[in-house]
Amino acid sequence: MSSLVKCPHCGLRPREEFTIRGEVATPRPSAGADEATWFDHVYLRDNPRGEHREYWHHSSGCRRWLVLTRNTLTHETSDVVDASTLKTEGAQ
Amino acid sequence: MTSFRIDGGTLIDRHDVRRFTFNGEVLSGFGGDTVASSLLANGKQLVGRSFKYHRPRGILTAGAAEPNALLTIGRDGRRDPNTRATMAELFDGLEARSQNCWPNVNFDIGAANGLLGPLLGAGFYYKTFMWPAAFWEKVYEPLIRKAAGLGRASYDPDPGYYEKCWAHCDLLVIGAGPAGLAAALTAGRAGARVIIADEGAQLGGGLIAEGSSIGSKPADAVLGDLVGELHALPNVEIKKRTTVFAAYDDQVFGAVERVQKHLPEHEINPHRAMERLWRIVARQVVLATGAEERPIVFGGNDRPGVMMAGAMRTYLNAYGVAPGKRVALFANNSQAYQTALDLEARGIEVAAIIDPRTCPNIDYDGKARLIAGAMVRDTSGRRAIKSITVRHDDGSDEVIAVDALGVSGGYSPIVHLACHRGGKPVWSDAHVGFMPPENTDGMTSCGAVAGKTGIAACFADGGTAAVKALAELGVMSEAASLPGVEQAEEKADPIQPIWRVASSKGKAFVDYQNDVAASDIMLAMREGYDHVELAKRYTTNGMATDQGKTSNVNAIGILAENKGVSPGEIGTTTFRPFYTPVSFGALVGASKGMDFQPVRKSPLHGWAARNGAKFVETGPWYRSSWFPKDGETFWRDSVDREVNTVRTKVGICDVSTLGKIEIFGADAAEYLNRVYCNAFLKLPVGKARYGIMLREDGFVYDDGTTSCLGENHYFMTTTTALAAGVLTHLEFCAQVLWPELDVRMASATDQWAQMAIAGPKSRDVLSKIIDDDISNEAFPFLAAREVSMFGGRLKGRLFRISFSGELAYEIAVPAGYGESVADAIMAVGEEFGIAPYGTEALGVMRIEKGHVTHAEINGTVTPADLGMGKMVSVNKDDFIGRVMNLREGLVDPSRPSLVGIMPKSPSDKFATGSHILNPGDDVSLANDQGYVTSMCHSPTLGHAIGLALVKNGPSRVGEEVVIWNGLAGTTVTGILCNPAFVDPENEKLHA
Amino acid sequence: MRYSALSLLGNAFSKNKNWKPAWRNPDPKPNYDVIIIGGGGHGLATAYYLSKVFGVRNVAVLEKGYLGSGNIGRNTTIIRSNYLLEGNNPFYEFSMKLWEGLEQDFNFNAMVSQRGVINLFHSDAQRDAYTRRGNAMRLHGVDAELLNRDQLREKLPFLDYENARFPIMGGLMQARGGTVRHDAVAWGFARGADQNGVDIIQNCEVTGIDRDGDQITGVQTTRGAITCNKLAMAVAGSSSHVAKMVDMRLPIESHALQAFVSEGLKPFIDTVVTFGAGHFYVSQSDKGGLVFGGDIEGYNSYAQRGNLACVEHVAEAGMAMIPALSRVRILRSWGGIMDMSMDGSPIMDRTHLANLYFNGGWCYGGFKATPASGYCFAHLLATDTPHETATAFRMDRFARGYLLDEKGVGAQANLH
Repeated sequence: MSSLVKCPHCGLRPREEFTIRGEVATPRPSAGADEATWFDHVYLRDNPRGEHREYWHHSSGCRRWLVLTRNTLTHETSDVVDASTLKTEGAQ
Repeated sequence: MTSFRIDGGTLIDRHDVRRFTFNGEVLSGFGGDTVASSLLANGKQLVGRSFKYHRPRGILTAGAAEPNALLTIGRDGRRDPNTRATMAELFDGLEARSQNCWPNVNFDIGAANGLLGPLLGAGFYYKTFMWPAAFWEKVYEPLIRKAAGLGRASYDPDPGYYEKCWAHCDLLVIGAGPAGLAAALTAGRAGARVIIADEGAQLGGGLIAEGSSIGSKPADAVLGDLVGELHALPNVEIKKRTTVFAAYDDQVFGAVERVQKHLPEHEINPHRAMERLWRIVARQVVLATGAEERPIVFGGNDRPGVMMAGAMRTYLNAYGVAPGKRVALFANNSQAYQTALDLEARGIEVAAIIDPRTCPNIDYDGKARLIAGAMVRDTSGRRAIKSITVRHDDGSDEVIAVDALGVSGGYSPIVHLACHRGGKPVWSDAHVGFMPPENTDGMTSCGAVAGKTGIAACFADGGTAAVKALAELGVMSEAASLPGVEQAEEKADPIQPIWRVASSKGKAFVDYQNDVAASDIMLAMREGYDHVELAKRYTTNGMATDQGKTSNVNAIGILAENKGVSPGEIGTTTFRPFYTPVSFGALVGASKGMDFQPVRKSPLHGWAARNGAKFVETGPWYRSSWFPKDGETFWRDSVDREVNTVRTKVGICDVSTLGKIEIFGADAAEYLNRVYCNAFLKLPVGKARYGIMLREDGFVYDDGTTSCLGENHYFMTTTTALAAGVLTHLEFCAQVLWPELDVRMASATDQWAQMAIAGPKSRDVLSKIIDDDISNEAFPFLAAREVSMFGGRLKGRLFRISFSGELAYEIAVPAGYGESVADAIMAVGEEFGIAPYGTEALGVMRIEKGHVTHAEINGTVTPADLGMGKMVSVNKDDFIGRVMNLREGLVDPSRPSLVGIMPKSPSDKFATGSHILNPGDDVSLANDQGYVTSMCHSPTLGHAIGLALVKNGPSRVGEEVVIWNGLAGTTVTGILCNPAFVDPENEKLHA
Repeated sequence: MRYSALSLLGNAFSKNKNWKPAWRNPDPKPNYDVIIIGGGGHGLATAYYLSKVFGVRNVAVLEKGYLGSGNIGRNTTIIRSNYLLEGNNPFYEFSMKLWEGLEQDFNFNAMVSQRGVINLFHSDAQRDAYTRRGNAMRLHGVDAELLNRDQLREKLPFLDYENARFPIMGGLMQARGGTVRHDAVAWGFARGADQNGVDIIQNCEVTGIDRDGDQITGVQTTRGAITCNKLAMAVAGSSSHVAKMVDMRLPIESHALQAFVSEGLKPFIDTVVTFGAGHFYVSQSDKGGLVFGGDIEGYNSYAQRGNLACVEHVAEAGMAMIPALSRVRILRSWGGIMDMSMDGSPIMDRTHLANLYFNGGWCYGGFKATPASGYCFAHLLATDTPHETATAFRMDRFARGYLLDEKGVGAQANLH
């Protein structure tokens, strides 16, 4: 879904309203993590052909950060969630 | 001039005579004509010249695929180059000119290229023009470029207005031929929201050219009924003259509607769009785009007068134009025989029908001589066809005199839109063509694009397709019952594929516009360019303005035939947007000229304008850059005065464009502590603090001040340039990284008018309008709090911060009060000599003070590079960029670091962007010591000063260096110095 | 067969029936000294220079599609060496020098046309940045000129000087920059490499990489297993995909970029021009088509196509720069997959595996680098040391913090 995005808060909205950040890499390391772990988080990417989780920001809408699960070969999006749920639900 | 206009013509209105010019000659046609049909009616068979050999070319088709008849239509700002005469509607006063010919289309010097034909085969230019090396640019290429291109773009501004819209529908029907109309009617009757779009001026597609009856009714009456009912349905939107040009993700389709392109200039409404771009979001799509009739590749097949058989029928039936007086047909299929019947019905002699099939299964009962098992191998005639040479199956040749030849080599489904999202078309031996890909989600093909032939079969298929598409949406419907459908039968009509007439004499063209002949494709194969994409790229077949609509399948056929495989194994080149070319104007809409991007204006813009500000574009903003007074002729006169005023008295500057963000929440302090690299946890209420924000990679992102205005309430300012970026970053941190923190934020940039009041008299001025005590004791440096103004009539936010280095404040008031407050400050400041100052003076003073902006914070510097390494907290557990900031490369002591720079001789000047070299060093990148990031003339010091990032800069203060500006050819001896040129002890700030 | 005016004439007399294939179409041998994955520009150039300069001739180039089917055949054909950073500038200038002698070197006219590249600026800050860049170029002996508005008007009279939202102040010009016929570069390198004995194997997709400890032994392909002594990757947008076969993660994201061509027009744009107030750059081909592009789509993609929003943005920026485009029609758009690295600069280095070599991360700038990329990668493959102009393209620069970030936007691939 690279022309229209189904924002969980605003509904189907055109791509122009969004700012894209890129791949949801490894979780942000803890403060005490070593440089190698941080390097991995900041620089390395899976960059898969196929399902890809990535950050989109609804800049011209609700201004929430979203996580799209989108296929990089077909551009089809299978899931959109508010990005805050990554951590809040991940912690459960 | 012989007229070829005959009786009939369902599209034209003979009472509406329209005059136009073609290459300066005044001609006339009728309302409903295309430029092509009126040219043919006037006996103009030769209308253009081909790209490479400048061969005479005529009108080949009656539609969007036209490769030959490209004309320049209109003049000045309304000039449209490369316009297909077959699509351009005739209007009164239209001016059309042939292209790519000199001195004229009838006698074209460039045709001499034809003599060099054997030398100019496919890819000839790759093999020569290499010696001597410099000659390519100096000699050969200029010659080639002189010959390049077709029409000429206009230099004049386009007076037309353009616009863009979104449209949403349940069902988008693309193509309004019989299949599309049946689909739209079926869906319309079922209550679905339908958009039906067709590139033509009239709905009907293949129905328009149909001369005979359908069921018991004449074709045009059937069409009239159909269109009438569609118009009556409120849920059906009909878009004529609308080309759906591309299919994008998520069922978004691009379409362009030619709203007023068919009108003479005096009828154009300037407030209506010339063209309108539609982005159509369709839940389901019915593709009813029809099929393109294929030419046959034989010797001399490009001579004017050679035309597609179906196009002949269209000109005859729809426009009342005879393609000639004595016509032959060359066809490998039975549909073309209908053309013969229609010609004969109108009294035009059909000299022969040449059919390569030995026993064609046809029920033709006309008078024409049928020559089976034969091929046309050559044509003759200088500017138009005079005769054809037929090769009989016994090997003998026969010359037949004709003045037109209709050709039909089969039908290529128009599958483009089904393939734009990556689908590959599928070869069908039965249809001798590439069919739409299977499994196109949300798109159903019907009619000729799905291989159906005959009006009735297309009616039936269109209805079925709509029923299927609506079922996907959970809507039950019934296929519209249309005339003739019950009699519809699929008649076996085997086409004998014929990719190239092997006995061709002379050049047999595959791609007309690019002059690609069958021999070129075979040469490409011999040389190893036998993949369909390589053959295309090597020969340029299919790369002309028609994108191979009439040529690609023949080229594939020739490749297949020569390799001994099926065309399916060769496959097609990629179908890409756009189906037909789209103007920049349509894609741009209203976003042009000064409206390219919206303008942001500060709440103080009007105040600044009234005070004579010169504005400068700063991103989306217009900022006041200086305020010239009478007698000041040069910008620096004003800027120097403004600086001196601030340094000695007081000035006022609009700083509203700085990003402003309100931050609230119980965890706001903790949050700020994590997004800034310096400490923020213990910022007390009523205080501002300068902060540096890093990116996670450890480099500086932005700087600014954040003030604590109350418990759990902070007010952040960012730089103008990164206001949006910082907010997005802050939201990422709050929502994604630390959703557990109780913090919320909102942009307040547009809510506050903010001005800097700077200079030794600033307190005196502000005291006159601020009710609170703002003495140095009560309101010291970095104080920040809400204040009462004008005797309690207004609340503002006062910050004691300084970019200029002077005693200074920033006062923010609600945006709507901005201009009044600025006026009031000017009024009370008059006695202190107040003057407005702009961003130029602001920039001078910050350089004098050694403050950095994005000229220094260029995305590759660390806090240490800027001399602020000590600000980076070593006590905090975590903040954005903490770990990556410690990498070897970021703490390398030789990194370029901030230092001041000034010329050794005070009269010398230098430029920002100059590089720094050590005296005596060779000029080389390896010797590069750094560069000047900012410079200005300092009116305070009386000479040029600058800031620079120099290797080991701070430890080299006092050193002489070379300020090198190779672009300007200047070198200046400079001295590295402390970046704080003015008040390095910060005494003024605390005064 | 050597190409020349004479060979053209001779063949014209024999009705062009005697031209020989430009390259062989060999079956893979069981073993090669070097296997290069990727028959695009960089892979073919690597094979060419390996065989020509470094004498390594037992080389195979494996291409999953047809040769030149990647970004070499879908770019906007621009060459330039107007780079800012010390780690980049000498490399791109080396490439420019190779372009300047390339056609005579590989006996194929790729129409290297040094018609000039002009980057427009619209503000003092942009002018200052271009001054810095132009001076960096000059420091390395690269030609650069700062043009003012009047000089620009003379060269580019069709720009919007009168009614622009972001008025044009001037431009940075590299006169030696220009364009090259992109496909011909692939063909020239392929033909040259083939003549030196390199096997170019089309329709041969690598499906797996065989290893023995930290040693690569060969590859699995759709045309069977092939062994090799050294394995080189030059697969651009597919870098992460192939690297995954050896469990390597890269500082690279693959992004879609569209490019466009207009209908053929009589030439009026003689140089390459880039807009400074929006994403747009344009040149006019020798056929008359305006070849242009803008920014990447912004999202990861392997689909080689883009969307309408980006098309509109490109058109808007184009018309803001050249109002005369209003009635010019855009003929075709296409897409490529960009290997966007995390600092916007390429990587050319050895890897954690002893005999695996990596070349990628060219972002949308790989075309101009083609000859030098091939030369330097061949140097690395043959000598195990980086070429002197490519020492900064190290894989470990991200971990160590020696970034090559020309734009200064940091570790976000789609901003470069």
